[in-house]
Amino acid sequence: MVVNLLADAEAEVDRIFQALADATRRDIVRRVIGREQNVTDLADRYAMSFAAVQKHVAVLQRSGLVAKRRRGREQLVGPVLDAIDRARTLLDEYEALWRGRIDRMDAILGEAEGSEAGR
Amino acid sequence: MPVTDTRREADAFTVVAEFPAPVERVWELWSDPRKLERWWGPPGYPATFVRHDFTVPGRSIYYMTSPEGERTDYAAWRFLEIDAPHRLEIDNGFSDAEGEPAGELAWNRFSVRVEPLDGGSRMTMRAGFDSAEHLEQMVGLGMLEGFLAALAQTDPILAEG
Repeated sequence: MVVNLLADAEAEVDRIFQALADATRRDIVRRVIGREQNVTDLADRYAMSFAAVQKHVAVLQRSGLVAKRRRGREQLVGPVLDAIDRARTLLDEYEALWRGRIDRMDAILGEAEGSEAGR
Repeated sequence: MPVTDTRREADAFTVVAEFPAPVERVWELWSDPRKLERWWGPPGYPATFVRHDFTVPGRSIYYMTSPEGERTDYAAWRFLEIDAPHRLEIDNGFSDAEGEPAGELAWNRFSVRVEPLDGGSRMTMRAGFDSAEHLEQMVGLGMLEGFLAALAQTDPILAEG
């Protein structure tokens, strides 16, 4: 059971890695996490055909990172994660964002100008 | 490891860090746009502050540039309180090129406190949010740094983008 669960989790991680191994797909994920995107608007942002963008969205859908839904005649692409997971993941991301910022601040403060303060 | 504490509340996130530098130098990381640009944007997404009116009421306008050279939407800050070199309160969100709110997502507010410490300074940043959706936007503004940068670092295929 546990092994199966682990294998499932690994397969899922693999799918996510593969989905994110492409710069356009990473960009799509980044955009839809910021806000849900209309497929047509999304396609307009890239120098490639609508069909090519659709294909990228389909790979992301299979990985479980995004989902499409209809609103009238529009197709919207949004992030998927269940609500609690999503909130937790978002908080993790937000924390990682600030930890990264603080590490960069620390690196700047460690530069020559403040040599009296040490590293 | 400058981060000494993080706190998660239902509607806020707080991070506390200690730096071996005087309060004034930590403050410059916020007040000097050229320094700010070096740490605000996540790796691969440098921020460019096209405006930084570090005064109340004043605003800052910035965008980030993706590894592929594409500019993100504009985002802006509004300064609600500046008490140099100790306190800063900022509203932050997506904006148009003039710094006026754009898009349907609410802005969020964050505050920064810098205080002297033996041999350095302590900085406390507290960001408020009122829903998961709001948090989503904040992470969107942050460009998913933790997730994507971590993936990029653990896998060289991802790093080449």
